[in-house]
Amino acid sequence: MRSLIYLFIGILFGITMFKSEAASWFRIYEMFKFESFHMYGIIGSALVIGIIITQSIKKFNIKSFYGEKIKFNPKAKSFSRYMFGGIIFGLGWALVGACPGPMFTLIGVGYLPILIVIAGSIVGTLLYGLLKDKLPH
Amino acid sequence: MNWIYTPWPWYVSGPMIAFIMFLLLMVGKNFGMSANLRTMCTICGADKKVDFFKFDWKSQKWNLIVVLGAVIGGYIGSHFLITDMAVAITPATVNDLNELGFNSAGASYLPTELFETNSLLSLKTILILAIGGVLVGFGTRYAGGCTSGHAISGLSDLQLPSLIAVIGFFIGGLVMIHFIFPLIF
Repeated sequence: MRSLIYLFIGILFGITMFKSEAASWFRIYEMFKFESFHMYGIIGSALVIGIIITQSIKKFNIKSFYGEKIKFNPKAKSFSRYMFGGIIFGLGWALVGACPGPMFTLIGVGYLPILIVIAGSIVGTLLYGLLKDKLPH
Repeated sequence: MNWIYTPWPWYVSGPMIAFIMFLLLMVGKNFGMSANLRTMCTICGADKKVDFFKFDWKSQKWNLIVVLGAVIGGYIGSHFLITDMAVAITPATVNDLNELGFNSAGASYLPTELFETNSLLSLKTILILAIGGVLVGFGTRYAGGCTSGHAISGLSDLQLPSLIAVIGFFIGGLVMIHFIFPLIF
C-alpha cells in the first residue's frame, strides 16, 4: 500500500516535471540566459509555498499521515563542499539540461540518449565516493 | 479542458512541486532525488569497495519507487497530456541557440542535436552527455543534494548550506552557458 503511494507521488512528480517544462533543456538554457521568468517563477513559487509548509509543520508540530513526527535533516555546516559541489553540479546541469529528477522523467518521454546522462551521473556519484576523503568538505 | 494539453504556467507548476514535497513529508519522507544515484551505486556493488556506499539500500527503496513513478509520469505526460511538444522559449533565446547551431530551438521539447537517437552517431554528442552526467552526479553528491534536496527542501527549511549550494548551482550554470558553450558549440 505504501509503495503505491510512493508510486503515485512519483507519477505526479514526473507529470509535473514534464508539463512544467522544467525537464526541457531549452528552459534551463533560457533560465541561465535570464531571458524568461518561467523557471524563476516555478522555483520561486515552489519555494514560497515550501517555506510556508515547512515552517508550519515545525511551528504547529504537524504529524505525518501515520501520526509520526515529521523529521527534517539539517545540513552539516560547511562552505566549501556546498560551493564547490554546487558549481560542479551547475556546470553539468546547464550542459545536459537535466537534474536528477527530470533525467528519469525523460526516459518516459522516450529520449534514449538521456540514458548516457544517467549512466554518467551514476559514474560521477561513484567517483565522488572514491575521492571523498581527498576533497575539502 | 484545453489546459490539460497545454504546458503548465509557472504558477501551476511551482505550487505542484511544493505539493509533492508536502506529500512526501506527510508520508514521513524527504524530497531529494539525487540520493537515488547513490542507492544505484550501492545496488551495483560499489559498497564492496567504497565505504561511502555501505548502507542499507532497502531503506531507500521508497525513493526508487518515486523515480519509477517519475519515469511513468514522463510517459503519461508526453503520450496523453500534450498535443504540441515544442517548448515556447522566448524569441531572443531561440536566436541565441540558432547562432550556436541548435536549429531545433522553439520547435521541440529537447534539442534534437543532442537528444535524438541519431545524435548518438556523433562521438562529440556522446562525450557531452556523458561528461555532463558525470558533473551532475559528482557535484550533487559533493554538495549533498540537487535541485530538489537543496533548492526546494533545503531552502524551505531555511538551511544556509542549501543557499550556498544553490548559489554554486547558478555560478556553475552561468559559467557553462556564457563561457563554455561558445567554445564547445
